[in-house]
Amino acid sequence: MQPMQNRREMMARSAGVALLLAGAGVLPARAQSVWPKAAFDGKSIDEVYKGLGIAKPVESKDIAFTAPDIAENGAVVPIGVTTTLPGVKRIAFLVEKNPTTLAGLFDFTDAVEPSVKTRIKMQQTSNVFAVAITSDDKVYYAQKEVKVTLGGCGG
Amino acid sequence: MSDPMRIRAQAQGSGAVVRVLMSHEMETGQRKDAAGKTIPAWHITEMTAALNGKVVLSGEWGTAIAKNPFTEFVVKGAKAGDKITVNWVDNRGDKRSDEAVVA
Repeated sequence: MQPMQNRREMMARSAGVALLLAGAGVLPARAQSVWPKAAFDGKSIDEVYKGLGIAKPVESKDIAFTAPDIAENGAVVPIGVTTTLPGVKRIAFLVEKNPTTLAGLFDFTDAVEPSVKTRIKMQQTSNVFAVAITSDDKVYYAQKEVKVTLGGCGG
Repeated sequence: MSDPMRIRAQAQGSGAVVRVLMSHEMETGQRKDAAGKTIPAWHITEMTAALNGKVVLSGEWGTAIAKNPFTEFVVKGAKAGDKITVNWVDNRGDKRSDEAVVA
């Protein structure tokens, strides 16, 4: 009887330790990210903000958002953002006139610069928004209109 | 199994610039095949990048990230010899992990 109990206690204890480790972010695999379905299902800028649970952002000159004036191929539009705002933990890219408004999210730790470059798809000419969320839940944005000569979503 | 990622990590100033090129179809779910049937969405949903095993950047992606996704970011304090690991998972549960050493 005795060994059985010990084993059970051990198991319970190690499960507890694993939970603690996961909570402290020591386990490398999956950090905090859970794919926010509501936000990706959003069909408008406002629906995405709601899905992300953030307030309407204010425009900020401290976000440097780079995107081409004209994208010849909407299937590959290079965009980049970098910011001097303090404590930015997340940056979201939104394309107003895409079938799915939210293109992607990036979550930053203190170990990376709040700066990222990626490539997105655009169906048609649209405003593109870079939205920065800080650790104290302030929300800022920068926007740019990108003219698309050939749509990137197929038809 | 999908093709490996191409990862380049270059020490620059007080950190390292990391460029990642993933190999993935990133199907939008908007297109139709020759028979007029919608091709289901197939895209990377989550990615993480780690420096020496500790996650430093993560991303959640929708269908509007371009085919064969490119990502560039800057890891503070990374130096030559440090290990950069990048992982992704797609909406079919496929996954891939690749590594590069900061040069």
